[in-house]
Amino acid sequence: MSQPDAGVTFGYLDEQTKRMIRRALLKAVAIPGYQVPFAGREMPLPYGWGTGGIQVTASIIGPEDVLKVIDQGADDTTNAVSIRRFFRRVAGVRTTERTREATLIQTRHRIPETPLGPGQILVYQVPIPEPLRFMEPRETETRRMHALADYGVMHVKLYEDIAHYGRVATSYDYPVMVNGRHVMAPSPIPKFDNPKMHDAPFLQLFGAGREKRIYAVPPHTSVVSLDFEDHPFEVQGWDRVCDLCGADDSYLDEVVTDDIGGRLFVCSDSDYCAGRRADGHQGPAAASAAGEALADTMEQVAREHASEDPA
Amino acid sequence: MDTRHATNAAPAPAPGLADPVFDAQRLFRAALEALSRPGTIQALPVDLTPPAPLTPWAAALALTLLDLETPVWLDPALEAQAVRDWLRFHAGCPLVATPDEAAFALVGDASALDDLSAFPIGAAEYPDQGATLIVQVAGLRADAGWTLSGPGIKGRTRLAVAGLPAAFPAIWAENAALHPQGVDIFLCAPHALAALPRSVTVRED
Repeated sequence: MSQPDAGVTFGYLDEQTKRMIRRALLKAVAIPGYQVPFAGREMPLPYGWGTGGIQVTASIIGPEDVLKVIDQGADDTTNAVSIRRFFRRVAGVRTTERTREATLIQTRHRIPETPLGPGQILVYQVPIPEPLRFMEPRETETRRMHALADYGVMHVKLYEDIAHYGRVATSYDYPVMVNGRHVMAPSPIPKFDNPKMHDAPFLQLFGAGREKRIYAVPPHTSVVSLDFEDHPFEVQGWDRVCDLCGADDSYLDEVVTDDIGGRLFVCSDSDYCAGRRADGHQGPAAASAAGEALADTMEQVAREHASEDPA
Repeated sequence: MDTRHATNAAPAPAPGLADPVFDAQRLFRAALEALSRPGTIQALPVDLTPPAPLTPWAAALALTLLDLETPVWLDPALEAQAVRDWLRFHAGCPLVATPDEAAFALVGDASALDDLSAFPIGAAEYPDQGATLIVQVAGLRADAGWTLSGPGIKGRTRLAVAGLPAAFPAIWAENAALHPQGVDIFLCAPHALAALPRSVTVRED
């Protein structure tokens, strides 16, 4: 544990705010998938950068926690790096890139590929918590629709996708039914990650800073992606493996490597990919010039992070 | 006007949490764990000697969650001046006269808890406004007693609670039938904590 900034409350938020958020979190856990309003505070970074997730993390984090922050699966993108630095400064907690070492993982738009365990809590950053918002702009109406479990519009929306495109075209923030009662926005994770939410051994907390909503999925709770009998829910698949580590079970990002059409498909989860490569797995392009250059860059960024974190 | 302290002034309230920031964080994480895994029992991670008849876990939970924003109702068993003073001094919470005004209820006599309908269950559009009950019980035991199922539980689990009325599963069923409205209960033995969120089902067998 490094020394937190002097003169800053542990975890940045004052105790009164933490208690308010903690009470909201308990109600969120008691009513899985229901959005609890909370008095979201101004944070020292703009809305859209994870202010909701940060407030949730700040209200639960303790000195013994080990924090991992990911942005689209990667530990070393701007958003993840700055949030990790923020918590090192205001809470002095140990941070890590390794999924297995973390007790608390704050995420923007992915669930790690490495399965999480019961000792871990996943905190999602949520831009738009209301799954019905694009069908019904009025909060008073969406509140009533949730109260009555009136989710017809959501099925109409998915059906219109099928009528237009022959399939449900929603590929991220794919709506789920939680505990058989509340339709919930899983935040903009790819639908590839939806099955990981169901009957998960870990607690999932969601924070939306601009919209000031907190919601939760307790462990071992039913989370079902909405679908139709004749159009069952499916996740994305690739007819290729990760070019660097050869994984055939992970979500792949397309990386453009030059201006003459060169591209690589690599794991979006940078820790998963690096771990597999360290174990000796090799993808088809691992030995190519572009593959080596990309792997070198990723290792360099990870080293810079490690040097910042005197464990 | 005489500004000296009166010699017959009430004694100072008993101490609260030794470290309000870190103790409250540890206590909250234990409460979060208890609520997200109903049936599991959490040990008390701090030392606390509250005024009788408040017991340590219930008192610790009160200091973790209560403040000026939370109207609190005390059941007749906890209606003691020392308890009121202690809560007002450490938590600053308003104390209300009837359970239907309360966001939190502190219940000292669990055996009298035969009617949950006295507490707010929240509006249909805002079920989170349902009350939280902090109930002092004599003891908790896992792997015995009632059968619990629902969110947070893999399959089913068991929990024995000493002190609640024998008819509690039927009383709880009425509350669970209101889901998503309803109340949530923290069961506080002196040094052990378990929780029943409204989403959980309790059966005798």
